[in-house]
Amino acid sequence: MTARPRQRSRPAARAEAILASAVFTAIAALLVIADFLDQPFYLKLLTRALVLALAALALDLAVGIAGLVSLGHAAFLGVGAYVIGISAEHGMTNGWVQWPLAVAAAASAALVVGGLSLRTRGVQFIMITLAFGQMFFYLANSLSRYGGDDGLTIWTRSQFGTWLSLSDRRTLAWLSLSILLAAYLFLRKLRWSRFGRVLRAAKENERRMAALGFAVGRFRLVAFVISGALTGLAGVLLANLTEFVAPAYLSWHRSGELLAMVVLGGLGTLHGAVLGAFVFVLLEEVLARLTTHWALLFGPFLVLVVLAGRGGLVGLVQRIDAPR
Amino acid sequence: MTAVLLARGLAKSFGAVVAAADLDLELRANEIHAVIGPNGAGKTTLLGLLAGELRPDAGRIVLAGRDITPLPVHARAALGLGRTFQVSSVLPSFTVLENVAIAVQARAGSSFRFLRAAETDESLNGPARSSLDKVGLGALADRPASTLAHGERRLLELAMALVQRPRVLLLDEPLAGVAPAEAEQLLALLESLRSEMGILLVEHDMDAVFRLADRVTVLVHGRVIASGAPAEVRRDPAVRSAYLGEDDEGAFDDRTDQLRVTGRASFRR
Ligand SMILES: Nc1ncnc2c1ncn2[C@@H]1O[C@H](COP(=O)(O)OP(=O)(O)O)[C@@H](O)[C@H]1O
Ligand SMILES: [Mg+2]
Repeated sequence: MTARPRQRSRPAARAEAILASAVFTAIAALLVIADFLDQPFYLKLLTRALVLALAALALDLAVGIAGLVSLGHAAFLGVGAYVIGISAEHGMTNGWVQWPLAVAAAASAALVVGGLSLRTRGVQFIMITLAFGQMFFYLANSLSRYGGDDGLTIWTRSQFGTWLSLSDRRTLAWLSLSILLAAYLFLRKLRWSRFGRVLRAAKENERRMAALGFAVGRFRLVAFVISGALTGLAGVLLANLTEFVAPAYLSWHRSGELLAMVVLGGLGTLHGAVLGAFVFVLLEEVLARLTTHWALLFGPFLVLVVLAGRGGLVGLVQRIDAPR
Repeated sequence: MTAVLLARGLAKSFGAVVAAADLDLELRANEIHAVIGPNGAGKTTLLGLLAGELRPDAGRIVLAGRDITPLPVHARAALGLGRTFQVSSVLPSFTVLENVAIAVQARAGSSFRFLRAAETDESLNGPARSSLDKVGLGALADRPASTLAHGERRLLELAMALVQRPRVLLLDEPLAGVAPAEAEQLLALLESLRSEMGILLVEHDMDAVFRLADRVTVLVHGRVIASGAPAEVRRDPAVRSAYLGEDDEGAFDDRTDQLRVTGRASFRR
């Protein structure tokens, strides 16, 4: 808290901080506008973007910072959402119980998936997380008591007593933004901490880190669990937003979308994941209105951003900003 | 004197290639023990086995009285086994100082700290700076490691190893590709480290080997063909013939006292 960390003095880090503030300010401004215009549809769309931004942010910890390319993160989103759905189905709607339970369940799932997947590297790791994701997907499908492949309607949102009512759309939107911001600030600290430094260094040269005495796998597992827990929290918000959970939440398409958001925004930058999620969700919405074949436009756009701006949108902005 | 690092009956084959065969080795505390041998003799393999990167087909390894054979690389490192690589291995995108600070972090207990900025942590940077000064890289502390010259990179690797105060230091050809002036500095440094740790030195530069080493072990085809004081090893006929690549009596001639190794250094100074 006292001395400013040295990395802030690097121009790139300054630009990064400015861009991050700009992203969050813009999001807050969008919320205010949607609220002012009394447009529940847009408020809901923005909240959906906020929730997916939280999941993308969490995924960026695994992929961008720790170098663990997971294609199964939708499973943790689904676990978080299903815990809300299932507990509500049993009449348990107290958020103070539901939320920690859901996050703990997602963290446990990440512990198991990570513990087994981290024995592999590279493409193998991608494939095995994908396989685990599919296992969770089929598990959700088989929950016939909870709607099976039809999904499960949530009749009552999480209750937090009188002072915080999630049935108010605005409350849910601003709560989501607060959680996203808190998660972002936490992960930014984490990235520059001792722990984060081990992750970044191990991504660059695992062999050297082992030779220095670091049990690299342990650090990666902890990162994976934190990532899974935060993704579960996003699932909790998503369930409360849509008042519905379904196996589709866990499909590998969703995992792929989250990965696309992170890559779109710029790997390992954190605020890039937030930006990527918003651009992804809003662009998808706009294109879907223009044409039913929106995916035909969206795909090439993704490819362009990734090719033209290594470093994603964030990298693109920074290079325009500081041509050197 | 007791051995700080002991290898017994180590064996390792890659398919048909025998890289280590029933290999015994003993490194005492406070000695520089050189391992020499022609290319492909199994020197790097030996270091890999000792450090834990390679699993031996047979044999066992004891570090300071403890059997470390089943332990992974990081656990052996944590017990005091430091090393540098034949192709230097640093963290290129980190600054020189951070490279060493990370090495401090490995030994300074907990790295499961999630909030405080590591880069400004003086409990890590302080020791890192003095280690850099020791190897003469103090002035380059804030440069990214990727910008270092080859020899500087070797020194950085050494600073990373030293700051951990290992019991045993494994060095794989630390002089390869290092300019003469830097080599001299490095030799003086190694000489000064003898009092603090046991050093296993794989090196092609015979001048350096015979200047520094208390004992020399010669490997050929994964086997120890000679081991002992430098003077003895130098006279050993098996060593001479192995290095000459022939075994006729000519090897014993005075003329062949000049045993050429990779054509750039000799047993004779
Ligand atoms: N990972 C490996 N796979 C297959 N063969 C290897 C491997 N590592 C070393 N070898 C072989 O083992 C022998 C010893 O190699 P090495 O230990 O690198 O020798 P040195 O360091 O003495 O030059 C060589 O014949 C080499 O080709
Ligand atoms: Mg070698």
